[in-house]
Amino acid sequence: MGSLDTFFQQVFNGLVLGSLYALIALGYTMVYGIVNLINFAHGDVLMVGALTSLSTIALAQALAPSLPGWVLMIVGMLAAIPVCVLLSLVIERVAYRPLRNAPRLAPLITAIGVSILLQTLAMIIWGRNHLTFPQLLSAEPIGIGPATATVTKLLVIALSAIIMVALLLLVQYTRLGRSMRATAENARVAALMGVNPNAVIATTFAIGAALAAVAGVMYASLYSVAHFYMGFIPGLKAFTAAVLGGIGNIPGAMLGGVLLGLIEALGAGYIDQLSNGVFGSNYQDVFAFIVLCAVLILRPSGLLGERVADRA
Amino acid sequence: MKTWIKSAATTVAIAAALLGCGHKEQAATPSSSSGTQGGNIIRIGHVAPLSGGDAHLGKDNENGARLAADEINAAGGVRLGDKIYRVEILGEDDKSDPREGTLAAQKLVDAGVVAVVGHLNSGSSIPASKIYNDAGVVQISPSTTAAKYTEQGFKTAFRVVANDNQQGTAMANYAIDNFKAKSVAIIDDRTAYGQGLVDVVEHVLKDHGVSVVSREYTNNKASDFNAILTKIRARQPDVIVYGGMDDTAGPMAKQIHQLGIKAPLLAGDGTCSPEFIKLAGIGADVLTCSRAGEAVEKLPKGAQFMAKYKAKFGTEVQIYAPYAYDAVYVIVDAVRRAGSLDRAAIAAAVATTDYDGLTGHISFDSKGDIKNGAISMFHVEGGQLNYLSTTR
Repeated sequence: MGSLDTFFQQVFNGLVLGSLYALIALGYTMVYGIVNLINFAHGDVLMVGALTSLSTIALAQALAPSLPGWVLMIVGMLAAIPVCVLLSLVIERVAYRPLRNAPRLAPLITAIGVSILLQTLAMIIWGRNHLTFPQLLSAEPIGIGPATATVTKLLVIALSAIIMVALLLLVQYTRLGRSMRATAENARVAALMGVNPNAVIATTFAIGAALAAVAGVMYASLYSVAHFYMGFIPGLKAFTAAVLGGIGNIPGAMLGGVLLGLIEALGAGYIDQLSNGVFGSNYQDVFAFIVLCAVLILRPSGLLGERVADRA
Repeated sequence: MKTWIKSAATTVAIAAALLGCGHKEQAATPSSSSGTQGGNIIRIGHVAPLSGGDAHLGKDNENGARLAADEINAAGGVRLGDKIYRVEILGEDDKSDPREGTLAAQKLVDAGVVAVVGHLNSGSSIPASKIYNDAGVVQISPSTTAAKYTEQGFKTAFRVVANDNQQGTAMANYAIDNFKAKSVAIIDDRTAYGQGLVDVVEHVLKDHGVSVVSREYTNNKASDFNAILTKIRARQPDVIVYGGMDDTAGPMAKQIHQLGIKAPLLAGDGTCSPEFIKLAGIGADVLTCSRAGEAVEKLPKGAQFMAKYKAKFGTEVQIYAPYAYDAVYVIVDAVRRAGSLDRAAIAAAVATTDYDGLTGHISFDSKGDIKNGAISMFHVEGGQLNYLSTTR
């Protein structure tokens, strides 16, 4: 196995991880862009999505044992998406909307509170153990040029790419997208122009939650594990990705996510060679955050971010 | 921001823990205030993770301890002088976290336990052992294998399993003798247990001229190992050695399979559970693992114990339930021989234990390690943990 093969494999690993980060980061960035709120409960919405689909799939398997894996996967996603959307709408209505004009720290703390609440509820409902997410698609390795992939990994990349393109088109070319951009720019003026900000904000939360649900199902089936705190790490990484790309900026979240995935994979793979053995793969996460710091020092609003001081 | 969330989460977790265990503590307080005369109860603490990635293993140990206590009580309890005592297990959750482990230890000491069975993880047992030592409470761990645990000079720290010097040596020898390893890759999860174990393996392997082609690190909460495994794949080792627990080893084994790596995975007792097989799915067969004791299946009363356990708790034995079970019996045996509930007398009696338990003969050396400890090797095949061999 040549060193070039290894390089391509690491790039592929990074792309898989990065696509997931990007999907999750979109939820952070869209909500931030429109209401300036860092929704720390976003990772836990992902967790609820994964666990809901796990339960639904188990139920479907019990009712119709002969269903093929990909059907079950779709069933799982179709169950997770409405649950996450509904959950997110309730969170927005109950926890965030009353605080929309409060000082910025209040909704932030509320978001952390919602996150803990969701984790605890999930622990009560699904238990505290790691649950095994069923192997729905073939886990056998398949060679794609120099890299080794699996069906699930390819699906993660393909699905993320399709969703991101669709989202860009939605925001750029539809009436809803235009109202979203208008509300992000200035909610009050948008309201004067006949846009209902509450509806637009709720829709934004709903879209973010649907993306989180998809990401949750993909994440759980990629690693075959689901548990009540599984949302914390991907949530944190995706938040980092959103900041890296410029929070509030949709293409920025995508770029940040993919970039963070690549940095992590290549960092873990090559950091000891680059540092001549001084640092090992234990510095994998440190490496990612050093890149984040460097970007923020040189470009405080992130790679693609535009607005600076007045929004931070 | 990260520390923020963490500290916020910790505050709430502590608050929740205090709230959740409030009534338990109230129940425990009378015993510490009225000494050991009132209530006729012998309180034995048990600490293991009951939440998080190792929760299934923690519950397994606690079940083992409770099974022993129930048996002792059903057989008439413990007679000291003219009083009959019931054995009660006070279970605490340390979340596999060293800091939580010390909190749980202090709580049990304050609640007036006469002895403690635990903790599960070496990383939690080691800092907690100082608290028990200061309070004179004897601690018997059914699963702490890190050598350091009994090397701190504490007269209260004991274990009923072999230590990692022995386990690591057995693993290294297995790699050399059975896998004919010339080169290995080593990964650890940066915990006291994982790191300590593979350090021993690495040392022994190097002494035998085996080269370590890749030394990688992860953490005990990770789920993606593709990057380090890809790097390892390029170095083509004969064996991959992992120091960590089953909740990380499971996804790791699956990713080894998916990356098309053919080298076997050799890991320690933390991975040697039915849970691993569930989590690893299609990749489970790569694992060869060791346990720091005789295989339960090989024990004279093993099958009977497994049946009893399954009937009572409805789940399979994971790894160390039989050892937690024996640890309770060792403590009760010491209480009987000491003839009192005085902590110092019990600690002294445990040191001179000479007891035939479910897991074999139990006696301790001067450090508190079990004498003549066993290491048994297992291999996963077709979704089953198959026993291979035992070394002493």
